[in-house]
Amino acid sequence: MMVERIEFVVNGVQARVEVDSTTPLLAVLREALNLRGSKFGCGTEQCGACMVLVDGKPVYSCTREVGSVAGRTVMTIEALSHDDERHPLQQAFIDEQAGQCGYCLSGILISSVALLERNKAPTREEVIAALEPHLCRCGIHNRAIRAVQKAGTVLASAPSK
Amino acid sequence: MISNALPLSLVNNPLLSQWLAFERPGVVRITTGKVEIGQGILTALTQIAAEELDVEVEQIHLVSGETDSCPAEGFSSGSYSVSVGGGSLRIVCAEARALFLAALADRLGCTTADLAVERGRFLHAGQDCGHDYWSMAANVPLERRALGTTPAKRPADYRIVGRSLPRVDLPAKLRGGGFIHDMAPADCLHARVLRQPWRDAELVELDEAAVHKAAGAPIDILRIGNFAAFTSASEIAVMRAAETARLKARWAAGQQVSDNIGEAAWLKAQPSRDRTVETRGSGQVTAGTPVKADFWRPFLTYGSIGPSCGLAEFADGKLKVWTHCQGPAVLHEWIASALGMTLSDVIVFHRQGAGAYGHNTADDAAFDAAFIATRLPGRTVRVMWSREDEFEAAPVSPAMAIELSAVIGPDGRPSDWTTEIWSPPHAQRPGMNGNSNLLASYALPGAVPRKPIDDVAEDRGGGATRNALPIYDLPRHRLIHHMLPDVPLRTSSLRGLGAWANVYAIECFVDELAEAAGEDSLSYRLSMLSDPRAKRVLETVADMSGWFDKRNSDDGSACGIGFARYKNIAAYCAVIVEATVEETVRLKRIWCAADAGLVINPDGVRNQIEGAIIQGASFVLRESVRFENGRVATNSWQDYPILRFSDVPVIDIQLVDTPNEPTLGVGECGVGPAGAAIGNAVARALGVRIRKLPLTRENITSQLEQA
Repeated sequence: MMVERIEFVVNGVQARVEVDSTTPLLAVLREALNLRGSKFGCGTEQCGACMVLVDGKPVYSCTREVGSVAGRTVMTIEALSHDDERHPLQQAFIDEQAGQCGYCLSGILISSVALLERNKAPTREEVIAALEPHLCRCGIHNRAIRAVQKAGTVLASAPSK
Repeated sequence: MISNALPLSLVNNPLLSQWLAFERPGVVRITTGKVEIGQGILTALTQIAAEELDVEVEQIHLVSGETDSCPAEGFSSGSYSVSVGGGSLRIVCAEARALFLAALADRLGCTTADLAVERGRFLHAGQDCGHDYWSMAANVPLERRALGTTPAKRPADYRIVGRSLPRVDLPAKLRGGGFIHDMAPADCLHARVLRQPWRDAELVELDEAAVHKAAGAPIDILRIGNFAAFTSASEIAVMRAAETARLKARWAAGQQVSDNIGEAAWLKAQPSRDRTVETRGSGQVTAGTPVKADFWRPFLTYGSIGPSCGLAEFADGKLKVWTHCQGPAVLHEWIASALGMTLSDVIVFHRQGAGAYGHNTADDAAFDAAFIATRLPGRTVRVMWSREDEFEAAPVSPAMAIELSAVIGPDGRPSDWTTEIWSPPHAQRPGMNGNSNLLASYALPGAVPRKPIDDVAEDRGGGATRNALPIYDLPRHRLIHHMLPDVPLRTSSLRGLGAWANVYAIECFVDELAEAAGEDSLSYRLSMLSDPRAKRVLETVADMSGWFDKRNSDDGSACGIGFARYKNIAAYCAVIVEATVEETVRLKRIWCAADAGLVINPDGVRNQIEGAIIQGASFVLRESVRFENGRVATNSWQDYPILRFSDVPVIDIQLVDTPNEPTLGVGECGVGPAGAAIGNAVARALGVRIRKLPLTRENITSQLEQA
């Protein structure tokens, strides 16, 4: 295995890592960049706990090779809040108490960001389609759907930055 | 209240000082042995403590599951945490408040009736008198036994309990933090452990060169007996090493299992310890029409989304362990015992993990880390499990065969009922039956042989027999329990234990009896219930769903009902499901009514019940562990589908308001009724009863062919 220098933008910040380019993006985020918000769930694209955005599209970071994101932009859960300010999705998940153990939430919020970026008034069916890659074992499905719709309403009425 | 009526947690941890302290001004330190496993317990306990002490919730600093400072409260399981752990805390806080007020009254020369508490400050005749818990703390020693004689607040006076306080742990989790998985100190040594594929398997060959090569970075291999671990400063290196080792290791000997393990005929052919309990009535069996039905459920797994994680550090002869297990005090004892250490040299700290729906691998991961740490002193060792091992090496929830037989009297109701169950035990958590049950300890040389196992005692709700006694007014009920002690799997607790399968069987059977009697199945149930709370829950869910106006509709959908009181002592829960059966079973709508007595946090309870309903639906519709080549063959979510977003319908939940009744455990109450309601809806939609679970297309088709 060969160590390469790979550069990409994470949450608006330029990142430079020296790793084997086949290393999963998730491992690089968590280990090299100390961004531990994205979670390891299965390692085989079957649960969605590791979901991040690459150039705005939801991607399983557990299998995605870091070499393939060179020059691209990556967004993780850490980008959603700054200091005490919460993203409307985080606030809506609190308002709906859409969480039990919370392990799946990082990935679910990421897919929701991508959905609301293109559709701020998704129907129940549209939210379901966006969250279908995600497994939740605690059973917060309905609360998560309501929270995503609520956040969409908030985003739609907020002045764009 | 007399002292021997104190909740168990308080009996075992009798001093007030074991539960609370007033150290930092303005902050109350509450310690609990109950732990957060996704159920919201920390929020509920915070509410109870703040309520009784008359402080605000943000003044509570709750420390949970740290064995050097928290009361030892066994496991956070069985839906006991709010009733027993919370019940203890209520008594302690009420008593502490009374002691402070008595001391203050003494000092001020007034009566306690003149005093009040606000944000922890004391008021005399409505005015702040300059004293508070913290200024008086030195004068009120809490190193005294709780007596349980101080009356707690009346529910009518509650201002915090009964309100839907938002979960205290959620904000951090929504930022991606708050999990044990995210702890990784700078000098952390990552580790992965090679698991034995079946019980007592011997590691014959491990191609260490191939493992080193796969790692791609320097790793160390620690091999002792049938235990092998891979350690490195790089997590991805040990992940790759462990994956290669898993595929390449050769194993022999041990107790392989057959592919048909758990099937009904297999269960009934096993050696068993049998007992017959006349649970209700006795004497001559009455005359009437005999009816009988056989039900079966497969082995299941708990399926946490996050694989287990544990950390440990061994330095200067002292071991620290971080874990997301359900019973830190119990794990403390058994880690010490398995490592031959004294208890005072080991501390266990609970940290939050992914949801535990029963006995998962958290204890195993903690012991893995602890053992490796003792071999590598001075380093913090972090172990994480792979998804594959989570399926293959985790405890399993037992397959069960259930035979119900009844004698139907002239009124169309059962005059005699027998529940007969074949199942291995539902509990092999650490310490149970005197076994450590810590997976790696059995791979090490000189492992303590396993002691004979038994199921959960009836006074703890039973295991396989949980909810085997129907809630209905039966003049006579007999339980025949065939406990299978020799199944070479770590059969253990999954949400509801045997209850959900028993409720599935009982509620399906009751529907069949109602149908035979030509009666509406909900009215039939009501006619056999004398408990007014049970009736009210059923009537409420009937109203919510419009049950009596519904008949099978043209689109092939049908409604079914399921009802139970968890363990026959915890919360009452009735569920109505509307479903269609086409290619597969589709859930269209679910209604639920529950009575949980005094509810600490109504939204938290609804969240728990909805989760239990979805999990119960998933158990019944999809889940089954497969066996092949002597071992568990299920090792991915593809092999073990659970309910997804597109499978979950809208669910309405209503709590029947009974604030003057004691709090009833609620975490597991929805699982059985949800599954049973689905079974009954499917039977109505198909016109055929499906008695073998799960209700997959294959199982339904094969049972339709036999019908």
